[in-house]
Amino acid sequence: MSLHPNDIQRRGRFAGALVTLSLLLLASGFFRAQVLESARYQLSSEKNRLREVPIPAARGMIYDRHGDVIAENVPGYAVSILAPGADSLRATLERLSTIIELAPGDIESAVRRLRRDPNRPTVVLADASFDQVSVLEEHRTEFPSLIIEATPKRRYPDGPTVSAFVGYTAEINESELNSAEYKNYKSGQQIGRSGLEQQYEKELRGTEGSRYVEVDARGRVVRDAGSRPDREATAAPSLQTNIDLDLQRFIASYLGDSLVGGVVAIEPQTGAVLAIHSSPAYDPNRFIGGIPSGYYRELTTDPRRPLYNKAMQGRYPPASTFKLATAAIALEAGLVDFDTRMQVPCTGGYTYGSRYFRCWDKKGHGAVTLSQAIAKSCDSYFYQLGLRMTLSKMLAGGVQLKFRDKSGIDLPNETTPQWPYAVEYFNKRYGAKGWTNAVTLNLSIGQGENTQTILNMARFYTALATDGWAARPEVVKRNPERTKILNLTPAQLAGLRDAMADVVSGRGTAGSAAIQGVVLAGKTGTAQNETGKDHAWFVGFAPKDDPKIVVAVMLWQGEHGYAAARIASKVVEHYLKRPAIQPLNVEGDD
Amino acid sequence: MIKRVFADYPLVIIALLLSAYGIAIVYSAGQTDVIQPAVASAYKRQLGWFAVALVGAWVLSRASVRLLEWVSWPAYLVALALLVVTLIFGSGAGTAASMKGWLTIGGVRLGQPAELAKVTVVLMLAKVLAVRRDAPRSLLELWKPAVVVLVPWLLVMAQPDLGTGMVFVGIFFAMLFWAGVSAPLLLLAASPAVSLLLSFSTGLWGAWFLILIAIVLWYKPYVVEGVVLIVTNVAMGVLAPIVWEKLAPHQKSRLLVFLDPSEDPKASGYHVIQSKIAIGSGGWLGKGFTLGTQKRGSFLPAQHTDFVFAVVGEELGFLGVSIALALFLLLFLRVIRVASRANDGFSSLVAFGLLGSWLVHVIENVGMTLNLMPITGIPLPFFSYGGSFMLACWLAIGILVRISSEGRGEADALPIGLRR
Repeated sequence: MSLHPNDIQRRGRFAGALVTLSLLLLASGFFRAQVLESARYQLSSEKNRLREVPIPAARGMIYDRHGDVIAENVPGYAVSILAPGADSLRATLERLSTIIELAPGDIESAVRRLRRDPNRPTVVLADASFDQVSVLEEHRTEFPSLIIEATPKRRYPDGPTVSAFVGYTAEINESELNSAEYKNYKSGQQIGRSGLEQQYEKELRGTEGSRYVEVDARGRVVRDAGSRPDREATAAPSLQTNIDLDLQRFIASYLGDSLVGGVVAIEPQTGAVLAIHSSPAYDPNRFIGGIPSGYYRELTTDPRRPLYNKAMQGRYPPASTFKLATAAIALEAGLVDFDTRMQVPCTGGYTYGSRYFRCWDKKGHGAVTLSQAIAKSCDSYFYQLGLRMTLSKMLAGGVQLKFRDKSGIDLPNETTPQWPYAVEYFNKRYGAKGWTNAVTLNLSIGQGENTQTILNMARFYTALATDGWAARPEVVKRNPERTKILNLTPAQLAGLRDAMADVVSGRGTAGSAAIQGVVLAGKTGTAQNETGKDHAWFVGFAPKDDPKIVVAVMLWQGEHGYAAARIASKVVEHYLKRPAIQPLNVEGDD
Repeated sequence: MIKRVFADYPLVIIALLLSAYGIAIVYSAGQTDVIQPAVASAYKRQLGWFAVALVGAWVLSRASVRLLEWVSWPAYLVALALLVVTLIFGSGAGTAASMKGWLTIGGVRLGQPAELAKVTVVLMLAKVLAVRRDAPRSLLELWKPAVVVLVPWLLVMAQPDLGTGMVFVGIFFAMLFWAGVSAPLLLLAASPAVSLLLSFSTGLWGAWFLILIAIVLWYKPYVVEGVVLIVTNVAMGVLAPIVWEKLAPHQKSRLLVFLDPSEDPKASGYHVIQSKIAIGSGGWLGKGFTLGTQKRGSFLPAQHTDFVFAVVGEELGFLGVSIALALFLLLFLRVIRVASRANDGFSSLVAFGLLGSWLVHVIENVGMTLNLMPITGIPLPFFSYGGSFMLACWLAIGILVRISSEGRGEADALPIGLRR
């Protein structure tokens, strides 16, 4: 090679320049990444390292009208896993299943949760027991991706007592997550199911907060990285209901576990639902965090159907409690007044065409007035009254009295009652010649193709208890809504109330339900039941001249109306005669 | 044999600074949230190797350059033999577990013969090139140096170790340049490789081929040469797709990921993406020594070996990167100076060959952390954890000190060590 100094110097300079240039080029690459584009990479680095872990917020408390607690939150534990992928999650859960018991479907449902929200910790146990948590804590180091978190857990201090209206909370399911209604929800979150919890989900749901944990490349939780100041978990404001928990407790304990049926108590002027109960009840507390399969089987196989809400889902023939509707329609049409007697006196029944329609009392009631017919519940009288007003008028009157409409209570899953919309209903159903006017007789005494919920009957009686305006039942006080359904004069309304007061007297069908010092007005009913013993009804209100409470009671296979009337009487007595309840300070104990 | 040695203090100090910097980063690489025992203790072993390497460098600086020249042939043959043995009995390691780069006896990894091969190729090339009075002027005259590099290159590529293969190519061209081979000839020598790279696009390859013909016409090589040149270029253009098919899957994916890291974000692309995130998130001043979150959380792969420079970028920021690159630049400029002042052709070529080797290592390794280069898994001198490479780097320093000492300009070197 040439070692001439000039050559060497030239090549040396060239090599030096080339080396300097290439390192400067490298440096410029770093300048670009570290200075110009640093913000982007910093974000990626934070995303790599930090996982947002939701802090569940407490649901709003639910109080009764006096500030007594219906639903509250107690500390619980949720166990979730931060997994980078489905395979890793499955592997972790399989190892986990050797330590704590997991149900067979748990692993796959957890994988589905992860697929839906890969960036959220996957909830494995929404409501872990203290035992499970202590076992997991012992094995903490083996499961570094495990997050055990204190989480507010719903509790209903009165349990079964409030089961007819409160509902429960549960983890949101797949189909709910897919629906537009729950688009702001994430898997693993709790939602209200049935009852108030479902109806007022928007109000009761707290605002979820966030904190960060730092993880490594394998998803192991390395340390806590603090909470997000802009996203603190905030509990929802509390919900105050119209429920009178003391009365609710009284009703629930009175029915106990042996009587089957439903009770509704409403304030007639406002529609405020004081109590709503369905018996037998279930314990909503056991639904929290997943219903134990044994308990669920018990509930679904019980022939008395505890999960079926008899106060607002069950439809039963209203029987004689409906006679007030028949009477009101006839009065409004001007067909009768309170002293009108029918052509044929009651002889224990009434012959129409070739058929003999029995009155409930074989002895017969003789020639009774409308007032007496109500008090004694004379079927023969109402058969003739129905015939007098004609079927089409009766059907139109029933529609006007809202016997085809839901009561409009602020609870989900209310059943729509059945009442034929017009005569065409029968023509369509049976053909023009397939039915006879006998349906008129049946409908006039509350039988036939007329099934009502206990709640809807209570709503109808709020109109009888007041000036003809029916109040929409409200569990939570929103905007009371009343509809005028009875176009009767005050005198006519007073006449009906007097007749109903006679029902609960020595002259009526429910004399044994009378209350010392309080005039209870109402109407018994005994609904024919093809599959067993008759159902017992009573709907009424008290005090007669200034009603404070409307009570509707239906006892499944209670045989006779006076059985229901006695319960209603106890409810009214308890409500009107108990010492005043001092309201608790709801605002102060948040 | 023993004579007065003048230590090239600037060279030694720069190398010491780089080693200290490197060992500190290897220490930091072990500081992860979930401790990886082998990585956490790596810095201790690296310190041990550093001590061994210093002794080795000192010993080698005692050895005359003539001794090195004399030992070139046997050393070269030993290196080739070891490469063959490795190819048959070798084992993989780390991120390149499928490669046969390690010489293992009874499960104990003895080192990577490729490191020895790099040094011996430099010595051998220097020997071959230095005997000529003038620089080669035709391609035919390049056959000897070409064979010297081609044999170990083929053995290394068979492992397959693309990175070391690139280093051989770098050494080859750097030394031809330093020997005075003219630029057009270098270009012609490189033309088959360029053809190979461009063959993936017919249009690009066509354009390159026209340029090549122009150069050939202007340079007027022998007819045989010209024909061979054109034929090899055409052959490369045709062969490339076949060679591509022959590449190991990990090499293919590394090359593909180099073109677009997001193509495979979970596997090969993951390394590059995480490395870029680590470096980019470092900003001006970094996240602080040992505090890099990408590294701590094990997001950064091979943080003590191939991607050690990403730790520098993440924890010490652009400042730390600039200091490291400046130290490398100083080292390279100093080595150029040593090469320029060497008092014989062999010494000068050896010095420049070592520079070529380091330059490829640094550009390839550092460039790879930012996806400016494909991932090949070659280490960063003085930084990457690894005993044989640390030793090799310091042996090179030892040789350079000796060359510097024997060269011109002793006036600015101070005497050390044994006196006569």
